[in-house]
Amino acid sequence: MKFSESWLREWVNPPISTQALADQLTMAGLEVDSIEPAGAEFTQVVVGHVVEIAPHPNAEKLRVCTVDVGGDAPVQIVCGAPNVHVGMKSPTALVGATLPGGLKIKRAKLRGVESVGMLCSSRELQLADDADGLMPLPPSSIPGMPLKQALKLDDRVIDIDLTPNRGDCLCIAGIAREVGVLNRMNPTSLPVVPVDAQCDVTFPVEIVAPEGCPRYAGRVIRGVDPAAATPTWMTERLRRAGIRSLGPLVDVTNYVMLELGQPMHAFDLARLSGGIVVRWARAGESLTLLDGTRLDLEPDVLIIADHTGPLAMAGIMGGEASGCDDGTRNVFLESAFFAPAAIIGKARRHGLHTESSHRFERGVDSEHQVRGLERATDLLVSIAGGEPGPVTVVEERGQLPSHQPIRLRSTRVERLLGLRLEGQVVEDILRRLDLEVEPGVGEWQVIPPSFRFDISMEDDLIEEVGRVHGYGALPSRRPLVGLGIGERTEADLAPHRVKSLLVDRGFHEVITYSFVSPELQAALDPDQPPIPLANPISSDLSVMRTSLLPGLVSALQQNLARQQSRLRLFETGLVFRNTDDGLHQTAKLGALVCGDANGEQWGLAARPVDFYDLKGDLQALLDIGGRRDAFAFERADHPALHPGRSARILVDGGPVGWIGGLHPDVERRLDLGRSVYVLEVDLSAVMQARVPTFSELSRFPAIRRDLALLVDESVSSEQVLNCIREIDSDLIRDTRFFDVYRGPGVDAGLKSLAMGLIVQADSRTLTDEQVERLIQRVVEHLGARLGATLRK
Amino acid sequence: MEELDVLVRAAQQAIHEAEDLAGLDQIRVQYLGKKGVLTERLKKLGQLAAEDRRAAGQAINQAKGAVQAALLARKTVLQAVETSDRLASEAIDVTLPGRGQSIGGLHPITRTLQRIEAFFAQIGFRVEEGPEIEDDFHNFEALNIPESHPARAMHDTFYFDAGTVLRTHTSPVQIRVMQNQSPPLRVIAPGRVYRCDSDVTHTPMFHQVEGLLVDEQVSFADLKGVLEDFARYFFERDLDVRFRPSYFPFTEPSAEVDVACVICGGKGCRVCSRTGWLEVLGCGMVHPAVFGNVGIDPEEFTGYAFGMGVERLAMLRYGVNDLRLFFENDLRFLRQFR
Repeated sequence: MKFSESWLREWVNPPISTQALADQLTMAGLEVDSIEPAGAEFTQVVVGHVVEIAPHPNAEKLRVCTVDVGGDAPVQIVCGAPNVHVGMKSPTALVGATLPGGLKIKRAKLRGVESVGMLCSSRELQLADDADGLMPLPPSSIPGMPLKQALKLDDRVIDIDLTPNRGDCLCIAGIAREVGVLNRMNPTSLPVVPVDAQCDVTFPVEIVAPEGCPRYAGRVIRGVDPAAATPTWMTERLRRAGIRSLGPLVDVTNYVMLELGQPMHAFDLARLSGGIVVRWARAGESLTLLDGTRLDLEPDVLIIADHTGPLAMAGIMGGEASGCDDGTRNVFLESAFFAPAAIIGKARRHGLHTESSHRFERGVDSEHQVRGLERATDLLVSIAGGEPGPVTVVEERGQLPSHQPIRLRSTRVERLLGLRLEGQVVEDILRRLDLEVEPGVGEWQVIPPSFRFDISMEDDLIEEVGRVHGYGALPSRRPLVGLGIGERTEADLAPHRVKSLLVDRGFHEVITYSFVSPELQAALDPDQPPIPLANPISSDLSVMRTSLLPGLVSALQQNLARQQSRLRLFETGLVFRNTDDGLHQTAKLGALVCGDANGEQWGLAARPVDFYDLKGDLQALLDIGGRRDAFAFERADHPALHPGRSARILVDGGPVGWIGGLHPDVERRLDLGRSVYVLEVDLSAVMQARVPTFSELSRFPAIRRDLALLVDESVSSEQVLNCIREIDSDLIRDTRFFDVYRGPGVDAGLKSLAMGLIVQADSRTLTDEQVERLIQRVVEHLGARLGATLRK
Repeated sequence: MEELDVLVRAAQQAIHEAEDLAGLDQIRVQYLGKKGVLTERLKKLGQLAAEDRRAAGQAINQAKGAVQAALLARKTVLQAVETSDRLASEAIDVTLPGRGQSIGGLHPITRTLQRIEAFFAQIGFRVEEGPEIEDDFHNFEALNIPESHPARAMHDTFYFDAGTVLRTHTSPVQIRVMQNQSPPLRVIAPGRVYRCDSDVTHTPMFHQVEGLLVDEQVSFADLKGVLEDFARYFFERDLDVRFRPSYFPFTEPSAEVDVACVICGGKGCRVCSRTGWLEVLGCGMVHPAVFGNVGIDPEEFTGYAFGMGVERLAMLRYGVNDLRLFFENDLRFLRQFR
């Protein structure tokens, strides 16, 4: 809500600076967004009075004006504006003046005729966005008076960002009331004198939907002049509130809305037939609004109709067919109370948002309709003439908002605010806010006024007390340390530990949007249909990710485009899948690597990162939880991964993720131009830890035996290890692979696996013979199960 | 005897001229070895007359001593030379970088979240999480934001269908916690939230941290205390904090928390829109209607709740001037936070 400071100060004028006033409003919950000067900066512009006009000898469209600018002698100014006429008063820039935007006015010759100064339009002074011709000033303006003084431009526009609960402050009267409360002053109350009817013309009003419109006031004004000029003081106040002047009928209704908070509407009486009917729209009805849009009306839309059909969306916008225009002579003014519940959401549904809907949604003072109507009549008649008829009021009082007494306990005030306030202080604050207060023992019965829609219970009153007392004046208590015992057990890894490990191993964490492009999603997780957003922000962010891979790959693509070719990225977050048993939102960890394994450096040979680099990172992650052995990797096909270089990750036989190289087709489709390895695993699987249990240390020496096993290419190292585990000897303490060899000396189709076995007993030193016997068993078992032989 | 002197001088000369330890050892063998010149002399002492033997023996031993001393002195010198040659040949360029994987970094949002979580963990708040695809009840209804509420217009909600949304704030986690646990409650809920808005100062996804404390005697004073402490902890300075009345449907009374601008110190600058204050948090006392929606008796318990925008805090803390950078994941940006 933007408003002129001087207008506000006409209502209530505390002896404080603009900034102090703004701070006061902000700290009362009416946040001041900005304070701007009421007009753009200019100098030496005064009121000019055109006393004589002569044709220009050399130009048909120019005229030579003699202008009284208050000095000893009038000045001669050449002017091209079509509306210049003798007797007109208009802003005049003198020689030496600077206009907004920096234009300097100099003595000049226009087509051979001397011009000393410039007659100005409102656009040239940045007092309007557009203008046709010179800006007219009121006839009473005094020639030579600085324009800033004549237009009272020594003023500021204050913009407050009102929260939705404070609809009562969407008008000068409301803000003045609040300023009065804060400064213990009584705002000037505007004397609204009823305007007597000068004719007896009325127009019938019927309320069919009193739950939506409990009160409707209206009046006919006959014989207005729609071409009358709105006085400058009014257009200026409207301008400072951000509202354009559109002729006296609209200007007056807007002015009263800004002044008193009552939105109004003016119908052209000649375009109404039968009478006003306030009702819910009927199926199939439609309406063309003032802005030209045509709407189909749903039955929950409250409308103003006449006997032929809809005229306006009640409280939102009038219709084109019944609005006033240049030919309007007789108007019907509407001043109604529409219930917030009847208006809320209806404008937004159609993409509309008007000054009127904004106010009715938040609540308009339900006792202000006739006052608003009288005020508008008074202003309109004084500007555009006309004869008002009698006021018609139709109402159903039972449907008006009722304000029940609310019990306010002093104990509750203290409990919520943490401060014991004297009863008098509480009462005083409530009374200043125009609440009716009935004191009791340790409590009050409080009735809120008709303009407050945000006070319906005890805590609402306590907020008002705290707010007016000042949040800054409320105590603050240092937090006490909670004694709650942490919920995380030793078997839960802290989330930051997992991330730290990856960071320490060279990964950068990324955060990507949870919605991704359907194409990328389909390329990387084609088997899982993603969940689409009904209203995505753009088509490339329109489906929820079913995997972290699309986000990681798009981060890769963006970095490749910026010449970053070595990437180690990870992300954690939810993925979203719809399955037969409902929606699943699962936390995952995803990682992606590409480029050189170690990054270019002098001390290590360059080599591209591969599957085992990434698997090493994952296993390090499992090691921090002591759970490496709980995980298994099995060859399996994933549609986006290289079939020979990908594995399903299993925990206790159950799948928890994937690791592998992207499929060459995918790399090509996404134009990656390099090998990329990725993994994705359930975050919960890697967040578990083993609680260590001690086992006795052997005092006897460990013995190592190395084996070179020839096995078929298809035999995996995992199979070899499982086979050794089947031996079930407690002497085999550790196994390790130290070479995989193919080539001369090994037949095609076979590979040589070199492994070391560490053998140890707890109670004795093993003899060579005992070790040999054990190794013999191992080799025999491997031979029987996997066809392995010892390499000679 | 003169002959012995000549011998010693010759040995000393040879020792002096020895260029390495091997050469020196040859000289030692030549004079003092099993068949060395002086050793042989000693062996022949027995052939001398008994009365000459003693003096001759002494002389030979003296000569031996002189040669040994010369050998030792030269050996010390040659060892020093050899060590220094080795050191010279083994010198490396210590300014070359070390070998191996360099470390990566946490995303600045995570870094900020961890600092926020650390503060609240110290005073007993547990971390709770909730779903991001949320139902209308938890995201709006239970938080006292009915369908028709004007506040809904401010939320720019992403929808899946009429009853399912991407959560617009972390506040629904409050509801889930209060539904599933009994007071006293002390939780924070960090996480991603979504609004259908994208421009220079809005991204369609961002992060919030919600806080909730419910107990028998909780007042606005407790809320002020905890958030004043938090602001000073987070910005690591003793800055002014102010509570300004505001409005949220799910708290009453409600407040916005401003801190003195950390860029200009409160004098007014572009970042604080020349107000000297930065809005960093929204908060308030839990609305009785919200308690009603989750079955907590507002006469028995009171509570406070707060919510903060993580990106804004991270931008202020690290001087990031463009919100969108957080989600572009440019390595050149990310590397600045390790």
